[in-house]
Amino acid sequence: MSSSSPTPSQSPETGTARVKRGMAEQLKGGVIMDVVTPEQAKIAEDAGAVAVMALERVPADIRKDGGVARMSDPDMIEGIIDAVSIPVMAKSRIGHFVEAQVLQALGVDYIDESEVLTPADEVNHSDKWAFTTPFVCGATNLGEALRRIAEGAAMIRSKGEAGTGNVVEAVRHMRQIRADIRRLSTLDETELFVAAKNLQAPYELVKEVATLGKLPVVLFSAGGVATPADAALMMQLGAEGVFVGSGIFKSGDPAKRAAAVVKATTFYDDPDVIAKVSRGLGEAMVGINCDTLPETERYANRGW
Amino acid sequence: MPSTPVIGVLALQGDVREHATALAEADALARPVRRPEELDELDGLVIPGGESTTMSKLAVAFGLLGPLREKVREGLPVYGSCAGMIMLADKILDGRDDQETVGGIDMTVRRNAFGRQNDSFEAMLDVEGVEGGPVQGVFIRAPWVESVGAQVRVLATVPSGPAAGHIVAVCQDNRLATSFHPELTGDHRVHAMFTDMVRSAAR
Repeated sequence: MSSSSPTPSQSPETGTARVKRGMAEQLKGGVIMDVVTPEQAKIAEDAGAVAVMALERVPADIRKDGGVARMSDPDMIEGIIDAVSIPVMAKSRIGHFVEAQVLQALGVDYIDESEVLTPADEVNHSDKWAFTTPFVCGATNLGEALRRIAEGAAMIRSKGEAGTGNVVEAVRHMRQIRADIRRLSTLDETELFVAAKNLQAPYELVKEVATLGKLPVVLFSAGGVATPADAALMMQLGAEGVFVGSGIFKSGDPAKRAAAVVKATTFYDDPDVIAKVSRGLGEAMVGINCDTLPETERYANRGW
Repeated sequence: MPSTPVIGVLALQGDVREHATALAEADALARPVRRPEELDELDGLVIPGGESTTMSKLAVAFGLLGPLREKVREGLPVYGSCAGMIMLADKILDGRDDQETVGGIDMTVRRNAFGRQNDSFEAMLDVEGVEGGPVQGVFIRAPWVESVGAQVRVLATVPSGPAAGHIVAVCQDNRLATSFHPELTGDHRVHAMFTDMVRSAAR
């Protein structure tokens, strides 16, 4: 396993694979919330979020406004970093490694190379090994997840369909990734070579997944979670934690909904708790039916 | 005392699975704990790494904080790594104003003391009580111990680099805390040391 055997060194070493992947391990069982202001970041922290994602517009507004979606204003990211004591993540465009360099310079704790922003490179993702700051990337299937890990991603999330408040795509991607992993576990040594070819992923990573029965990095769910039950659904399907984007701050009572999603993620297998926290949350975000969404407006198609 | 002690892992949030695996390697039976009644019949407890503010909030919300404090006061052996160290501190710095801890170790712990994720690091450490050479210390947005009371034994400090000299592992009676994450390294000697503490506490 590439993360488990670095040469022990005497002097402190930053930015190692273990430190990057280990950071995501600490977020497990938690909820990471999209926020656009320091005030929202505080509400998220108060509710028990394990981290916040600082961005200028939540995906639902990016959809509504159109235009090119870019990395957020550094002042705005700094404002959020100053407002909370929990980790702060921020998004760069796919392949826009200079935006990523800026985010690293700002001191964000994790960079999301995200399909929610307008891609800057339609062929290449950023080389994530080149950074001290760890990266999370979206994936719709195992091959895509392993290609991102090969590029240096230290955490994977399902893409889902951000800004829709519709969990259907997140379910599709989580089931796909988990099913792909299960299938690998049934193959013999010889068959893994062809599996790697079919997955379009490096053989070493394919073999590692087949042995471990899981990804070598943490797997979260993202894209369309709007209710405590949605979060618990993703956890029961095998997510190790949940990103909630527009679902919280596009709802009627964000503070209450945020706390409820956190509790439902911890007790994802206890319907009594989920029922209790789901009461009196007010309006959920309205949501979009994904089957009426034109192909060109599907963020999950971005990245390859 | 059975040779296989039952050690709970506080499973509200964090790297629960890694601790459970390390405990199993150290010949303990690991059991996730999310409800007050699950604290009964444990020989020891691990508070894992994670986000301490989240853990603290959930412990309060689900009525675990009081029972946890009581168990620790009664002498249940506990081990906390990173966020777990913060949870075991009698006093914390740079926490949230409303952040509750379980307490039990007479120390003041500074949260995120080494800096943000870009400052997270690995370093080899000598840990008192761990035989067989230094331990690979993995520090992730880690806390350090600012000061300790007379009853607390310091087990390790940072050997070099900008943070050299800061206390990163302590022990008071059968309560153990580390700033770093031995559960992420595949080296289970710290968990074996804790399991031994649990065994001798039960004797």
